[in-house]
Amino acid sequence: MNNYINKFFITFLIISLIPTKSFGLIEVDITRGNLNPLPLAVSPLSIEEKSRKSFQELIKKENIGIEISSIVENNLRTSGLFNPLNKDAFLQSPDIANLKPRFEDWNLIKAQALITGKVSYTDEKLRVEFRLWDVLAGKEMMALAFTTVPNNWRRVGHIISDKVYERLTGEKGYFDTRIIYVAEEGPKTKRIKKLAIMDQDGANNKFLTLGNELVLTPRFNPTSQMVTYLSYFRNLPRVYLLDIETGTQEVVGDFPGMTFAPRFSPNGKKIIMSFAKDGNSEIYTMDLENRIVEKITNHPSIDTSPSYSPDGKYICFNSDRSGYQQIYVMKSDGSNVKRISFGKGIYGTPVWSPRGDLIAFTKLHKGKFYIGVMRTDGSGERLLTENFYQEAPSWSPNGRVLVFYRETKTDSKGKGFSAKLWSIDLTGYNERRLKTPTDGSDPSWSSLLSK
Amino acid sequence: MKLNKNLKNVLLVVLACFTLSACATNKVSTSQLQGDVYTGKDTVEYLASGVPDRVFFATNESVLTTASRETLRKQAAWLRKNSDVTIVLEGHADERGTREYNLALGERRANAAKDYLMTYGISSDRISVLSYGKERPVDSGSNPLAWSKNRRSVTVKAN
Repeated sequence: MNNYINKFFITFLIISLIPTKSFGLIEVDITRGNLNPLPLAVSPLSIEEKSRKSFQELIKKENIGIEISSIVENNLRTSGLFNPLNKDAFLQSPDIANLKPRFEDWNLIKAQALITGKVSYTDEKLRVEFRLWDVLAGKEMMALAFTTVPNNWRRVGHIISDKVYERLTGEKGYFDTRIIYVAEEGPKTKRIKKLAIMDQDGANNKFLTLGNELVLTPRFNPTSQMVTYLSYFRNLPRVYLLDIETGTQEVVGDFPGMTFAPRFSPNGKKIIMSFAKDGNSEIYTMDLENRIVEKITNHPSIDTSPSYSPDGKYICFNSDRSGYQQIYVMKSDGSNVKRISFGKGIYGTPVWSPRGDLIAFTKLHKGKFYIGVMRTDGSGERLLTENFYQEAPSWSPNGRVLVFYRETKTDSKGKGFSAKLWSIDLTGYNERRLKTPTDGSDPSWSSLLSK
Repeated sequence: MKLNKNLKNVLLVVLACFTLSACATNKVSTSQLQGDVYTGKDTVEYLASGVPDRVFFATNESVLTTASRETLRKQAAWLRKNSDVTIVLEGHADERGTREYNLALGERRANAAKDYLMTYGISSDRISVLSYGKERPVDSGSNPLAWSKNRRSVTVKAN
């Protein structure tokens, strides 16, 4: 009996491993520019009439299958790596395609990969299964099913996108994520700013503060449940901590002056930030459990914009100790300070990549602003985008995309100013504007919500 | 012929007016900047008659100019006469710098003003400092003159 179970288990394992480890299947190389996005077909998730009606009542969408597929389609398209084909050209109906695709039909419209699936309403839950097919090889590459509460239907679309991205590129995706940012309104001289949060694709935008006080530079903790940011509450600029679910807020530390430029440590246990006093800004950490405060830098110049390496051993930061803003790296205890930026111009907002190999930054040179990356020793500087004004890059959790904000010039009539969120691939390709209901700045990308 | 000559004179005068006014506007914009420090009065308000409320800075700098020191000495004299007054020094930067660095820079500028007031006998108890970085420009323009007006430390009565 025991033996039988073992045998069964092994056979099962082999069966489930073979399709995913076959040679010659499609792979997408994401290290080069996306000049040839992979053509793929996202067949709408099929759904039975009874389930369709239940979801129509629950989420007020006529066909949840089509809605989820368009989320997947949109995610894959905006990644710049995939070219989802027009549904009008599909020959096979979604339900049949999910059982057994006629690969000749999909080949005919030049699809190299195919996504099919099925959605149903079972025991008051949303159940989705989907399959990824290699059209040329005529093989199933992946099959997954999950069950969740109906309200999570958008996230299902993002999770499918992440699974497909990971299977085809070999790297984790970044679609089931959120972006926190500062929503802006009103004239430049009296700008109203609120914390806002949205899904990575712009859906579910929500304001977290009312705009009564100035708020700046929100950043997620590693689990994306907490946010640290700067608020001018009662005209005292201080670093705050906000629990997104409960809405509770607290001041971080008891500093006799302005604290700013906060970020979490990679384990989420500390907040690193600047404290300004008597014209000198230094970098401090505060342990969130025991409230112990440590001074990390000690120099009579401005030290700010600290960001930890993902292993927590190093900190990159911005200092003008050489006379102008430059990027420095030190050990997390403040020792071994080394300047790493030596190119022409001034450098700010260094932020360590989640992969650990690169530091993204803002650079100002000859009146133009650039977003760029360099290796952690300062070598291999690469500028990704040039503009009138842009700054504050934040990494996607897989370290492949940067989100930042860009401001336009105010003309002589006082018009033309805007602040918008943009993203760009590490390759320098695929620059895109993120849609937000108002102007936006200071974006920060969350980690993957489902790991 | 005489009429013609008159007309010519009028035209000449009109022409002269145009050139002069053109010169005048040119002169105004250059005379409002020394280096890239704002020296004009457009945005300046007064704490009391003859006591300007703000000082201006060069790009990326927090060094007080001769004009700034003169302004601050007037403020110190006024503060000595009005010993119950407390003040907030609001430090600002222009829009051509990263947000976090500008917060630090605004703080450094306001402190440069604070230090100078203290050397003229104003107690630090009467002074608090607040940096706005680039968040509260007075001139929303995107040009060197607007930026120069925004690089400032403003003395505001707190009580």
